[in-house]
Amino acid sequence: MSDATLTLLIVAAGTYLFKAAGPLVLGGRTLPPGLNRLIELLPGALIAALVVVSSIGDGQGITLDARLVGVAVAAIALWKKLPFVVVVVLACIATALVRALG
Amino acid sequence: MTVDAKTQMRRQAISISLALVPFGIVFGVASAEADLTLWEAIGFSSLVFTGGTQFAAVETLGDGGAVAAAVSAGLLLSLRSLAYGVIMAPALAGPLWRRVLDSQLMIDESIAVATTQKDHGLRRFGYLWGGGSVFVGWNLMTIIGFLVFSSAGDLVRDLGLDAAIPAAFLALLWPRLAEPVPRACAAAGALIAAVLLPLTPPGIPILAAGFGVLVARWFDGGDSAAVDGPTHGPNDGDPDAPDRTQGAEQTAPPEQTARSERPGRPERMEHNDE
Repeated sequence: MSDATLTLLIVAAGTYLFKAAGPLVLGGRTLPPGLNRLIELLPGALIAALVVVSSIGDGQGITLDARLVGVAVAAIALWKKLPFVVVVVLACIATALVRALG
Repeated sequence: MTVDAKTQMRRQAISISLALVPFGIVFGVASAEADLTLWEAIGFSSLVFTGGTQFAAVETLGDGGAVAAAVSAGLLLSLRSLAYGVIMAPALAGPLWRRVLDSQLMIDESIAVATTQKDHGLRRFGYLWGGGSVFVGWNLMTIIGFLVFSSAGDLVRDLGLDAAIPAAFLALLWPRLAEPVPRACAAAGALIAAVLLPLTPPGIPILAAGFGVLVARWFDGGDSAAVDGPTHGPNDGDPDAPDRTQGAEQTAPPEQTARSERPGRPERMEHNDE
């Protein structure tokens, strides 16, 4: 078996365990209300972190580049209540323009 | 209302799957460059099916890393699926076989689309659409990238496609920013991620950002106290205890900022007790 296949199988098994642990162990069980409230707030904190990491992340480090302009344009587009697709496309166009000019 | 929500989620799901197209291609290219076979590349995109994890593992192998290094780099990035599982568990309740199958679609994008709604049925709907459409697109693009493209990194940069991901997540986050408590949690999560980004291995910043929800406790503690002290300005809480205030500022600036915005904050109550 090649190194890649071995890696694939172990990573796939481990990742699946992480993914399935919640639904398989907790199932539809009701958690205490206080805990539930924090879990309800969890996606926002995690998605905000995804925004940060995909805007300025670069491996283990920070790179400030044209992506930030794209994200800023996306924020303005969202503020103007433009549709999802338009927001994403405008962010790409702005980023591409900054790179083409810069 | 329900129809609208479903249409909206379906649209978000397909859009985010399209936003990921270039990255699927890049993954295919990276797999070819790391000397994987096509089947191994497809195996990663279907069996692992977690973008960051796939890139970390395959790039480590491509750089000549050992299996153990590739495995740990990859799994570090899938750790946050544990948190996603806890979030989605109530909405994915059902027969065991269905939970077993549904769990494979547990990725950033499916969670982000699902949690735009509160209702369990709608959440599962958004989760399946988000995860399903990304699954199809991601695997197709992995194949195309592996077979057709020799390099896609420059194209992604030139077309600004790397801004598509943060823009899409920001769009899914946006409705949560309307309410003060979710907004504070999101801000805390973003701050934690930004601070940890240069300090910790990839994967940890996003996972640790989950602790951002703990700022919600300040709002719980502050609400009753705010009633008896509405006239106090944000910064007049502890005139007699400058040392403690200074200390808090130095060791934990974000906490201090969050507390300072609350007129009736816990320190105020402690001060009264003294």
